[in-house]
Parts: sequence; structure tokens; C-alpha cells
Amino acid sequence: MRRARSRALAIALATACASAPAADYVRLPGGEFASVLPQGATPGSSAVARIAPFELRTTPVTRAEFRAFLVAHPEWRRGQAPAVFADAAYLADGPAADDRPGAADARPVTGVSWFAAQAFCEAEGGRLPTWLEWEVAAAADATRADARSDPAWRQRILAWYAQPATATLRDVGGPPDMHGVRDLHGLVWEWVDDFNALFVAGDSRTQGDPDTLRFCGAGAISMADRDNYAVLMRIALLSSLSAPDTLRALGFRCARPAPGEAR
Amino acid sequence: MGLQSFRGALHRTRAFLGLAAVAFATAPALAANAPAHAGDFGPPRGQTIHAVLTSPPLVPPPIHRDYPAHVIVDLEVVEKQMQISEGVNYTFWTFGGTVPGSFIRVRQGDTVEFHLKNDPGNKMAHNIDLHGVTGPGGGAASSFTAPGHESKFTFKALNEGIYVYHCATAPVGMHIANGMYGLILVEPPQGMPKVDHEYYVMQGDFYTGGKYREKGDQPFDMEKAIDERPTYVLFNGAEGALTGDKALKAKVGETVRLFVGNGGPNLVSSFHVIGAIFDEVRFEGGTNIQKNVQTTLIPAGGAAIAKFRTRVPGSYVMVDHSIFRAFNKGALAILKVEGQEDKTIYSGKELDSVYLGDRARPNLDAVARATDAARQGTLSLQDQVKAGEALFTGTCSVCHQATGAGIPGVFPPLAKSDYLAADLQRSIGIPLRGLTGKITVNGTAYDSVMPPMSQLNDDEVANILTFVLNSWGNPGGRVSADDVKKARGQGTAPVAAAAH
Repeated sequence: MRRARSRALAIALATACASAPAADYVRLPGGEFASVLPQGATPGSSAVARIAPFELRTTPVTRAEFRAFLVAHPEWRRGQAPAVFADAAYLADGPAADDRPGAADARPVTGVSWFAAQAFCEAEGGRLPTWLEWEVAAAADATRADARSDPAWRQRILAWYAQPATATLRDVGGPPDMHGVRDLHGLVWEWVDDFNALFVAGDSRTQGDPDTLRFCGAGAISMADRDNYAVLMRIALLSSLSAPDTLRALGFRCARPAPGEAR
Repeated sequence: MGLQSFRGALHRTRAFLGLAAVAFATAPALAANAPAHAGDFGPPRGQTIHAVLTSPPLVPPPIHRDYPAHVIVDLEVVEKQMQISEGVNYTFWTFGGTVPGSFIRVRQGDTVEFHLKNDPGNKMAHNIDLHGVTGPGGGAASSFTAPGHESKFTFKALNEGIYVYHCATAPVGMHIANGMYGLILVEPPQGMPKVDHEYYVMQGDFYTGGKYREKGDQPFDMEKAIDERPTYVLFNGAEGALTGDKALKAKVGETVRLFVGNGGPNLVSSFHVIGAIFDEVRFEGGTNIQKNVQTTLIPAGGAAIAKFRTRVPGSYVMVDHSIFRAFNKGALAILKVEGQEDKTIYSGKELDSVYLGDRARPNLDAVARATDAARQGTLSLQDQVKAGEALFTGTCSVCHQATGAGIPGVFPPLAKSDYLAADLQRSIGIPLRGLTGKITVNGTAYDSVMPPMSQLNDDEVANILTFVLNSWGNPGGRVSADDVKKARGQGTAPVAAAAH
């Protein structure tokens, strides 16, 4: 029903987005990837995951981009979105559809629920990236596809954790990694499509304890690589959420299948 | 689950045996309800109470309540930058805005409705594991809370004692290392004996990217944490949190109760107060009391209650007696005790005299020279006096004083000593066999003990005596090693003053 309506609004969207720059996607090769989360057939066992090539937005969605979405999709405005799809703090810090363009436009939009993020990406012809897609993209640095063994890579993540979330967010557009993707680290948390399946990823068939990572040392046992605690903290944050939840430091970016790949 | 129901069955059996009547004497109205646990005094009664939380080093007031109540605890998680040392900034994650977190005080049997609030400005999800909770995860599974959200869970405080609480969100070690721990006191139903002061002290180890006291913003260092090499070991989350103006205070004659926790994440604490002895310690926070304790071991994730009475004014330094942590990593706190001195308990300094120890350098040179000379047969009076002086300084001057004047009534003088001069043979025997009992020297009576100086060889005794004979107006003369050897051979009994 909603999907049909969003298709019907496609023309209106195209008009509304005319003033905003077109979203920039780059191709990521995917391939074999050793995730922080165990991907083996049995609980806790490691196995390399295969990730199909996909395209990822180069930057998180900005406030200007989300404002344009709200113009075209009034049902996602603050106060209009149903409470089951967005909590009370949804878009509490803006943007609103009738905001004038301003200095904050290039900052990442935050305070967006998973449902709203998903709707945005759908309207743009995409979807939210899966955790594995996000993780493989975030493993890169400026010169390497997988820089995770470099302490400097980890330190960049931790340095961001050490900054209080109360500071004003900077504009999107940090330095690009080797794929041309920006701001995967050091700006905002980002929704992923399967955020609520992270604790059971890889062993959902075996009825593993979904609370494994939630308390005490159990989490460390099931981690494939103890050095990747910096990524684990992102998983911990995402897994604390429900889909209608919004956070001041939580934004999103969209992905879509690479041309020629199955959707 | 199985264990719980087994326990329940056990307690029901006990109730049949009448043992429960003792445990529930404080709640007779509930006898008919027969709760299943010794610490369960039945459903909460009276008005709902909001627990008073305090920031360290303060402790909420005693409870003075004789029934179990419904108690609401509101605890907010705050991520904030604070100083870990002068000019050193660190982003702490806190329960209630302080490290350690707010002190929680409830009564055994209370039903505690716990609200964990994660500040909207925070970046991380957090939860809480209270060691005082009976249930899986100590509440952690029920309190996993995203920023800008609030979780609620309820538990009955079944066991009395002092318990650590901490965040248990992955990675747990990092959450604890950033300061997410505190104490909850579950008071016994009859309360705790009254004291003059209660204080809240909690140790923790911290891991910063920079060195100890390196200025500026310091990030958390996971490698150091895994290797258990802390940059700081601190009481109450910052160097100087409990020193200077912020020192704990008490007056002479008062009783002090310390609730001492250890958040870790890694180190165990050898908690000690320099110059005080704990009259009583509830070690490991348990029910047993250990008395007259110098140092109590507090495990990471454990706590103790230490009680003592202040008797002498002054500054009492609390340390982790793994002592490099105290003086090189910051584990120092001060308890300042004010009031009247009591010289019968502690005198202050009474004597400050030189103590060089036996043959402390550079005295050995003269002794070595004399030994050489004796071997070559060229030992002069001067060699003997010089060597004797060095040996005298090391061995004899502590009592007889460097001036040979002794201390009247305690240590007899050697200077111008009539006793010494009266009988040279007797005098040679004194260092060899000691002297015990009443003697009179230069008109003053002495009655004390000098032990035999059996560590001295014949050469050394000869040189000391020669030095004494040629010093401080004594008549002069010379004692040879042979003389000493002969005297040594004449009997083994100590010189008894009574014989003279």
C-alpha cells in the first residue's frame, strides 16, 4: 500500500529533488570478508562471508536531502509519521519540510527511525545496506580495502567514541577512502537493514542465545577477532535499538545492488 | 530455575522446622505468608520511597525503617569529559555523572524498582549489572538502554551487604575502565551500628594513550587494558579526588566507616590506611567480621566495609599497598583527623640521632688500613685510634653517643669514666661478654643491659678500646688483639655487675 503510494509520488519526488544534488553512489566489489560477527554454520564458529558487489552512497544522507524527502512525502513529517514507525523524538532537531535552506543543510540528518530511513532509501531507488555491506565498506582506509589490522584505523574509531555526542555535527564530506566513500567513521552511527538480527547473525538457524553480546564477558567469547572491539561497540549500539527509535547521533546512508547483480 | 525452586523447597522445609521464626522475627505480621527466602520479608509496605543517591565520597543517610518498602532508584548514565589528573582530560562514562557512580542504599527485603536512564547526549548504549541482584545478568539483560531511552526492572534485595554495580555492555572491560561502576548497600533489617562518619571510596584502574600525567585529551588504550598495564590507579576516579581540600575528615575519638569498592577492571586492591588499623572489616563485603586488620584485599568487582576509631590527629594516607600504584599511578587518598594529641598513644619524634649502621662506608677505609698494618706488624697507636673511632661510630655511639657522654641514667658515659679506668681487664671483658645489672659510673647509678658484641673480632675490640682510652679526657693506653684474645679465653659468663 505504502509502496504503491511512494511510486505514485515518484514524479513529485523528482520535482522536489531537482534543487538538491543527485545522490552519489559508488560501486564496491564485495567479495570474501571476515566479519567481526561469527558467520559460521554453528554458533560462535567463524567462516568467511561472501558479499555480492553493491553500490553505496558516498556520504550519509544530509538534512537538505531529507527535507526534500519530507516535502515529497508528508506522511514522514514529524507529527505525521505514526508512532509505531517513529518515536516521540523523531526529527526533534529538524529538519522540517518548510525549513528554509540554511547553514546546517550539509550536516547528516539524525533523529530518524529505521522505518523512515528505509522509506527514504526506497524513494531514492535503494535500500539500507546490510550489516555485512556496511562492515566491509568501513574496513577500508585511504589505500587499502581492509585496513582493520592497522592500529591507526582502530584509533580513528576510538577517537570518535571519546568525543561527547553533544558536540555539533560537522558537514558530511570527510576524506574519501579507496572506494570514494566518506564518513563511515567519525561522524554518526548509521542504521543498517538487519540491525535487529546482529546478535543472531550466522546462527539464527541454531537458536543461539540472542542475549549473548548483551552482558558480561559472553560477548567477547563469540567475537571472531578480539581486536575489533571498536566495531563491536557499533554493533552493541545498533542492537540496543528498536526500529521506531531515534538517536541524536544516529543517521543513515543508502545502498543499492550493483548493475547486473540480482536485487 | 531448578536451583531456585530447590532452594524454595528447602526454605519451606526450614519454615516447617520453625527455624524461619527466628529469621522473620522482625516481620511477625508476615509469618502467615511464609516467604521462600531468608531475606524476603514479604511484599513491600508503606509509601513508595525514592532512594536518596549520593555522589562520592558521601553516603546516603542510614535507613531506620523496620518494614520492607517499594523503593525507586533513578540512575542516569552520563558520558562526559573530566580531569583524570591535573591538566589531563578523559572522557568518562558514568552512573550519575561521577566516578564511581552514585551510592545506592536500600534495606534488605526492599523491592527495588530500578530506572536506568541513558542521557540523550550520550553516544553509547549501556546497561547495569548489580551484584546485589539475584537474577540472570544482575539486571543487565533487562536494562540494555539506547541513548535517550529509559529501562525499568524490579528486584527484591534478598541478601544484605555491600555490592558493586557496573555496566556490562560489550566490550565490558572498556565500559568499566571508563568509570562505569559504583556501590549499592543493602542494609540488614536491624540497620548498622551508628558511627560518626561514613565515606564512599572506590578504586579503579585507567588506561590512557599517553603516559602518566601526560597533559591534554587522553584516549582510552585497549592494548594497555588487555595487557593489564594501567596508566592510573585511582581512588574516586581522579588524582587528587580525596586529597587537599577534598580530603576525608574526622575528629579524634570518632568512628569512621569506609565503604571501599574496587571497580577494576583488572587489578585487585591491597587497601591500607597508613597509620591506622581497621578495628573491624567486613571483608569481601560478606557477613564475617575480621578484627585488627592492617591491609584488606578487595577483589576487582568486590567491596569491603572497614571500621576504625581515630585516636591520634594527623593525615592518614589511604593507599593500594601494591605501593608503586600509590606513588606512581595516583592511588592515594587522605583522611584528615583533627583534635588533641595523645602522647601516650603516639609521641611524635622523641630522638633524632645519627645511625650509620655497622661499618657503613666510608668508615671501612680506616678499619681496612688497620687490618693491613696489623698483618704487616706495623700497627701504630694512631691506626688503632682511627679504626676504633670508625667502629665506635658504627657500633657503640648509638647508646654511648658520639661524644662518649652516654645518656645519664640510661647509658653510662665512656668519657672520663671512673668505672672504665678502674679496671682495664674488666673493661676489655665488657664488649666481649656484655654487662647486665647495677653499676655506678661517675656517681650516677645505672641498671640496664648491654649485650655481648660478639660480631666484633679481636682486632676490632682492641681498636675500639684503644680509641676510647685515648679520647674525651680518658687516661690513654693501648689494648692489643692479643690482650683481647686472652680476655676472651678467660671465662664465658657475661660480666655481672653484682660481682663487683
